[in-house]
Amino acid sequence: MTDQDRPQYQQLLARKVEVVNVGLEGFVKDLSDCGIDVVHVDWKPSAGGDPQMAALLAKLGV
Amino acid sequence: MKLIEDANQQALARILEGEPRLIDIVPARELIPGLRERMILHAGPPISWDRMCGPMRGAVAGAIVFEGWAQDLPTATKLAANGEIEFHPNHHFGAVGPMTGMTTMSMPLFVVENARFANRAYCAINEGLGKVMRFGGNDASVLKRLAWLRDVFGPTLGKAIRAAGGIDLKSIVARGLSMGDELHQRNLACSSVFLREIAPWMARTSTDNAVLAECLAFIGQNDQFFLNIAMAMGKAITDPANGIRGSTIVTTMCRNGTDFGIRVSGLGEQWFTAPVEMPEGLYFAGYSEKDANPDMGDSAIVETIGLGGFAMAAAPAVAGFVGAGAPSEAGNFTRSMGEITVAQNPEWTIAAMDFAGVPTGIDIRLVVDSGVVPVINTGIAHREPGIGQVGAGVVKAPLACFQQAIVAIAKDLGVS
Repeated sequence: MTDQDRPQYQQLLARKVEVVNVGLEGFVKDLSDCGIDVVHVDWKPSAGGDPQMAALLAKLGV
Repeated sequence: MKLIEDANQQALARILEGEPRLIDIVPARELIPGLRERMILHAGPPISWDRMCGPMRGAVAGAIVFEGWAQDLPTATKLAANGEIEFHPNHHFGAVGPMTGMTTMSMPLFVVENARFANRAYCAINEGLGKVMRFGGNDASVLKRLAWLRDVFGPTLGKAIRAAGGIDLKSIVARGLSMGDELHQRNLACSSVFLREIAPWMARTSTDNAVLAECLAFIGQNDQFFLNIAMAMGKAITDPANGIRGSTIVTTMCRNGTDFGIRVSGLGEQWFTAPVEMPEGLYFAGYSEKDANPDMGDSAIVETIGLGGFAMAAAPAVAGFVGAGAPSEAGNFTRSMGEITVAQNPEWTIAAMDFAGVPTGIDIRLVVDSGVVPVINTGIAHREPGIGQVGAGVVKAPLACFQQAIVAIAKDLGVS
C-alpha cells in the first residue's frame, strides 16, 4: 500500500507531526517529551465555562 | 450590542480627554460640603467599624485624636466602637486616600481640577515612609507629622502651586513613564520632575528659608510623594466617565482592607464588592505573610486609568520590588491587561512596548469573559494597628465583583 492509498489521517501520522495545542497546557509536556513540536494556545472557554454567564456575555456583545 | 459599544466609546473619550491640573492644597472642610465633626472618610467601599481591619481601626483612632475628638487612642477607639463616629467612603465625596485613606476636616488635601469637564478631586498629602497613618500608624510621631503637614507644609506648597498657576499633570506622568515609573509602587521620577517644577515657585513664595528647606527636603526624600497627586488625578479623570447608561467601563476600583469594590460607568454609584485578596509579594526584613493585612486603599484608581500594574512594562525595577518576577517579565503584566481594556492611551506610552499606550478602559465584559482580572501594585500593611508597612506586592481584583456587575448591567438593559 502506498501513502496515497492510506486514509488521510494515517497519512498525517506517517509524516512528522506538528501540534497546535489549545487549552489545557498539560498536554504540551507529554507531546514535547515524545519529541513532537508543539505550539500552545492559551485559551479558556468564555466565563470559565459558566454557561449562564457566557450566554449573558454573548447577549451583551462579547 | 450597539448601545454598549457607543456608551463605552463615550466613557473612553471622557477618560482620554481629561486635562488634570494640580491647582491647590486646601483643608478638607473647605472643599467637601458635609464633612463635619466626628465624621471620617475612609478608603474603599462602605464599611462599618465592626468589619474594619486592624490598620483601618488604628488609623481611625489616630484620626480621632488628631482632630481632638478624644484625648487618647483608647478613648478614641471606644468612641468609634460606640457608634459615635460617622464613616463614609472617600469616593462618595470626590476624594481618594491611599491605604487606610483617612480624610478628616482639618487635613490639607491636594486639589486636582479636570479642566476639560470642570470637575475636581481631592487626596491627602503623602506622609512619607515609616510609621504613617495610611498604614494604620497612630502614635505621637504620626500625629506630629500630620500636624506639620496641616500647619506648615500644606500652606507652603499650596501657596507655591497657586503662584505657579497650577501644575499640568499629564505631562509629568508621560515623562515619569519614560523614566521608569508605573505611578503606583514607583513614583521616583514623577516626584523628582514635580519637585523640579515646583521648587522655584516655593522659593519665590516662601518667606522663611528654614521652612523652605524643610519642605523641599520632605518632597525630595519621599520617592512616593507624587502617588497621592496621581490618585487625585485618577479620580478627576474617571469621575466624568461615570453614569453613562450602558457603559461597561470600570470607573472605580478600591479596597478597605476587608472588601474590594468596583463601580461601573453604566451603573453609576452602585458598588459591587467581594472579599479583598491578600497581596503576593516581598516582605521587609523580619516580616512575613503571617503579618500581612489583606489589601486596602483607594490607590487602585491609578490602575483604573491604565497606570500601576497596568503600566508594569514601564517600570521593570518594580516587578522585582513587588515580587512579580524578573524585570524582563514586566511586559507580560501590561500585555495581559491589554486583554481586558478597550484602548491604549496615546499620551501615556511605554518605550519598552515600542511606545504602545498604557492599557485603558477596563471592560467588565472582557474581564468576565477571559477570567483575566486587573492586577494592582500595592504596599502591604501589618495586620495590627499602629505598625505600618511590612512589604509590597501585587494583588488581583476579585472576579466576583465583575460578575455581579455583569448581571446588574444586563438587568438594567433588559437582557436576560
